[in-house]
Amino acid sequence: MKKFVAMSLVAVAFTIITVKATEAREYKIGFIGPMSGGAAQLGQQMKRGAKLYMKLHKDQLGKHTIKMIVRDSKRPGGPIAKAAAQELITREKVELITGLIFSPNAMSVAPLVNKSKTPVVIMNAGTTFIPNMSPHMVRVSFTMWQAGVIIGEHAASNLNCKTAVAGYTNYPPGKDSINAFRHGFEGKGGKVVDEIPMGGPGKVPDFTPFFQRAKSKKPNCLYVFVPAGNHAAAVAKTYQALAMRKAGIRLIGPGDITQDTQLQGMGSAAVGLVTAHHYHMFLKSAENQAFVKAWKAEYGANNPPDFVGVGGYDGMAAVYAAIRAANGSKLTSAIAMKALKGWKFESPRGPIMIDPETRDIIQNIYISIVRKKGGMLVQETQKTFKAVKDKCKELKLGKCGKKLY
Amino acid sequence: MVPNHSSAAKAVNYLQTRHRFHWGEAIPWILAILVFYFLPGYRLLATQILVMIIFALSLDLIVGYAGIISLGHTAFFGTGAYITALLATNNIPDPIIGLIAAAFGAAILGFLSGWVLLRTTGLTLLVLTMAVTIMLAELANDFDEITGGFDGINFTNSDIFGLIELDQLWYSSSYIYVLIVLFLSFLFIRTIIYAPFGRMLIGIRENPRRMSAIGTPVHQRQVIVYVVSAAIAGIAGALWVQVQGNVTTEVYAFELSGDVLIMLILGGTGRLYGAFLGATVFKILENVTEQVLGTDQPYWQFAIGLVLILTVLFARRGLFGIFEDLGNKWKERGQ
Repeated sequence: MKKFVAMSLVAVAFTIITVKATEAREYKIGFIGPMSGGAAQLGQQMKRGAKLYMKLHKDQLGKHTIKMIVRDSKRPGGPIAKAAAQELITREKVELITGLIFSPNAMSVAPLVNKSKTPVVIMNAGTTFIPNMSPHMVRVSFTMWQAGVIIGEHAASNLNCKTAVAGYTNYPPGKDSINAFRHGFEGKGGKVVDEIPMGGPGKVPDFTPFFQRAKSKKPNCLYVFVPAGNHAAAVAKTYQALAMRKAGIRLIGPGDITQDTQLQGMGSAAVGLVTAHHYHMFLKSAENQAFVKAWKAEYGANNPPDFVGVGGYDGMAAVYAAIRAANGSKLTSAIAMKALKGWKFESPRGPIMIDPETRDIIQNIYISIVRKKGGMLVQETQKTFKAVKDKCKELKLGKCGKKLY
Repeated sequence: MVPNHSSAAKAVNYLQTRHRFHWGEAIPWILAILVFYFLPGYRLLATQILVMIIFALSLDLIVGYAGIISLGHTAFFGTGAYITALLATNNIPDPIIGLIAAAFGAAILGFLSGWVLLRTTGLTLLVLTMAVTIMLAELANDFDEITGGFDGINFTNSDIFGLIELDQLWYSSSYIYVLIVLFLSFLFIRTIIYAPFGRMLIGIRENPRRMSAIGTPVHQRQVIVYVVSAAIAGIAGALWVQVQGNVTTEVYAFELSGDVLIMLILGGTGRLYGAFLGATVFKILENVTEQVLGTDQPYWQFAIGLVLILTVLFARRGLFGIFEDLGNKWKERGQ
């Protein structure tokens, strides 16, 4: 009898647990991104990407639902993003944090989530060592090293560049980017003859003095890194105004200087620009064409997607994968990390995967050239590098090789 | 003192009692304690507000009392912040030592820059203070091997007196720690204000030439108050980064100098509690406007702008001035 009672108790308990686990559940997630200020456009793109994924894949969660709470990170620095994260985790009780455009946003949130064990999906923040700061973070965006090394190698081997000048916006991603470029370029026998810091990321500077200095060194190539946003058009225009193409200097860079949302505003100055990046909206894959079509149907034909939007889209795909793994139970970091380490997805940018070791993204990098077609500027893919990992972490350079938590 | 109602006796009475604590002065501290218990989810924001109050108080000392207008007060805030953070990353993680070092470091910078800058006034002074801050911000950005630059550095402080951990999720000990430092700084500033030194500052604000004519070494006194203010701003900066465990070049941001000045104007300059009210209103509008309105669209800048315009148009002595007026009316009624 005793045994029977005990067994039935166990059975009842078990059914309660299983019933509970399969009950419809609302998952609250926090989205932190700039909604105001100079970077509001980036925040908007990211949010649009995330919302588009949610709209197109409503049925993917079965009976579970998802509620996204948006908080404005306002400034690139830490304090406001961190206060928002604390409020989201302790008051709203969100089970996952995502978004995060600027690296300092993500870095300031790291100690907080290490304490609360909340999983984080980074949709943008590109400073290379960020996933090393918390075991609860995965990143679906990019690192500066992925495109930087490849464009460096490409410039030396295929673009006939013997010497190059590297200009960069003077903050960590800029330094990451030229270090990566130098690594790739000098590894293939090129030589970087000058490195020019070109102001901070906050405001678009006048590029003329920097480019004049670059021109006076007579390099074959000018490598430029500027942050996504308004800098790119000024770069292309200054390059043209100083007649650097005629002087035999080729402008190259990571895809931040040909961001899709900025491209049409750059005019004919951009034609012939060679960049390496993980996404542009003219990729030929079926996923991308469907994505661009859905995006334009949702947000209007004049609002193209770009790599920040794709970051939001893929980030939300990762969030959905984590929630599917939790399937009605609480979304803990352990469940999310188990689901996301080695997670594979057919993204608009091509196949992507989260490296199970570094929790960072593995993705294709495309070498593309800007051309004019029917009055529009388009990007044409010239070469595809498959499944590129972050070189900095592979080589364990500086902070990339260290555990920072 | 025989109580009578002649105006002369009233004035004497006012002068003899104005430095005494009024019961109303307990209100902000009681509110601060209530916030601790009832809004744990906003505790990091609340802690940030307390730090901003210290920062605004330090600015009030020079802007509101001594009449030195500065758009570069983040120079001291940031210096305090970096001193604390760099001590922590170089094996001196004690928060109290960090605070003291920050105060001294900022005071030294205040002395050096104040000695030179305070020879100018008005627009020149405004632009020069701004230039100092921007230069420091560029230095912090350039030496990013040490400072972490734009991305900043994360660090951890040791426990206070080896006992109390500054926790990184609920911020309960951090809140109390900052509240205590705020209380001490407040007492210190209040004492200065009601001391003869404070009266002299107001004299300088109202008419530096006349003060000079009656024998006050104006420049020297201005430098002294500038140094004191810098030290307190340094403490605020140190607390700011200790609570967050993270420092970026944003602590030198020129925008922050503007923000803190707006806080002061909102609350009311030259009236101690103006800093309390201004910093609280500003930070709440900045962080919670969208939540109250229930929207994802950013309205906070509009909200701050609107409140600021209404304040300068209709409450020239700041939001705290409104409370003063109400208090006076109530008193008159009572008589």
